[in-house]
Amino acid sequence: MSMESYQIETKNLNVHYHKNHVLKNVDIKIPAKQLTAVIGPSGCGKTTLLKSFNRLLEIQEEVKIEGQILVDGENILDRKGSEIPDIRKKMGLLSQKPYPLPMSIRDNVAYGLRIHSTKNKGEIEKTVEHCLQEVGLWNEVKDRLHDPASRLSVGQQQRLCLARAIAVQPEVLLCDEPTSALDPISAQQIEKLLLKLKKEYTVVLVTHTLRQAKRVADYVIFLYFGMVIEQGTADEFFNNPKNPETKAYLSGEIS
Amino acid sequence: MIASVCIVLGSLIIIFGLVIMNGASSLTLEMITQTPTLTPPGSPPGGGILNAIVGSLLLALPATAFASLIGISIALFLQTDFLHPAVSNTIRFMLDVLWGIPSIIYGIFCLMIMIYIGMSSSLIVGMIALTMLEIPIITRCMDESIKMVPIGLREGSYSLGSTKFETAVRVVRRQAFPGILAGILLGLGRGIGDAASILFTAGFSNRIPTSIFDSTAALPTMIYNLYSTPLGQSKAFAAAFILLIIVLVVSVLSRLLTRRFKKHIIK
Repeated sequence: MSMESYQIETKNLNVHYHKNHVLKNVDIKIPAKQLTAVIGPSGCGKTTLLKSFNRLLEIQEEVKIEGQILVDGENILDRKGSEIPDIRKKMGLLSQKPYPLPMSIRDNVAYGLRIHSTKNKGEIEKTVEHCLQEVGLWNEVKDRLHDPASRLSVGQQQRLCLARAIAVQPEVLLCDEPTSALDPISAQQIEKLLLKLKKEYTVVLVTHTLRQAKRVADYVIFLYFGMVIEQGTADEFFNNPKNPETKAYLSGEIS
Repeated sequence: MIASVCIVLGSLIIIFGLVIMNGASSLTLEMITQTPTLTPPGSPPGGGILNAIVGSLLLALPATAFASLIGISIALFLQTDFLHPAVSNTIRFMLDVLWGIPSIIYGIFCLMIMIYIGMSSSLIVGMIALTMLEIPIITRCMDESIKMVPIGLREGSYSLGSTKFETAVRVVRRQAFPGILAGILLGLGRGIGDAASILFTAGFSNRIPTSIFDSTAALPTMIYNLYSTPLGQSKAFAAAFILLIIVLVVSVLSRLLTRRFKKHIIK
């Protein structure tokens, strides 16, 4: 692992939410251009960890974040208010339940381009088509680009959210259990897409299904009650876990 | 269930029925095409109420527009993205208090200021009084509908790198649009029907106002005026009917508009 470059690194990250100590002294490294799975039982802080990477936690009330989150070597917690959108632009987000924007299919993808001042219409059209092609949605929607995104199926909406995320050319894709609300076929499509996209993007996938992590992950982080129990390559993690709690989790004794 | 339907539908039918029955004899075309004319004592008031119709629209439409602009700004700003909940909840409480203030108080307040700065009752002062009356109503309605916007939608927008302002104006506003529209219409309905706030501030006139400094009649004050004139009762009911129709047209229009915008809403 020593040759790897790390996209995201946290040092002594502590997050308090209301009065709960959600993340405790988290030190992790997320390798660039690989798929990192964050696993652990529900309520262990996986989503909180993910949302701290693009400072999305702060739009909620009473959140206290301490420590360091280094993205490309720079501590993003030092950034001030007006610089936060730039951090977020670097990291696309795929949430548990897809939330397309309340506009047409086309505008969902074009929105990110427009706010980042791409005004050229031809360029926007080209990017919209390219991104929809990337997520395999183009053939399904090319004749109804002006339909509201709310009319798509949930699986299609999730792929649309992926398309709009990659439209602003992020470096990282943060995925918060993106398949848990989907039917098996749509879930499989998303999984395949993430495997394809990890060649160009650093993918962080929060999942509570071990099987999914086994199928797709290159690197695994195991969180338990807000603490990192074990992290390492998928091969090591699944075949040769060092920590007794990891072993217990993998064998289904704790969940 | 049947009882509740009967109460709602029944009261609506009774109100419409009574107004039409009492006003039918005066519901003529000249009611809406003419201004009042002088008639000798002992005969019913002549002419129509065009001045009041125009006056009502000139008072309520701009007032609603101003109040909506101010309301949407406040409502968007009240969200957690911008303000600490403790502050915004205090503001909400104050808006609720303002909502509860009887409209005559707004009227007297504006009257006092009007006299203080040496103005007389006019279209513009009436407009200001109505704007003040409508702001809390419109703001709170918009605020409630904006609060309903799921956090995931805002997260989605933020994660694309948009600023708070872009998220509020381009995403949240769109999602909350039907509720925002409902707020505007509630304000308009309140404004167009309110008599107490414009009684002193807009004054009364038998002519259509030609400038914002002219005093003007509005439908509610016209109804009051006609009803207190001997033999004017049937005309008063006819004017009431016209007011009802205007309010009805506004709500039907809003329904149609809402439906047009609803298709984009994310559930």
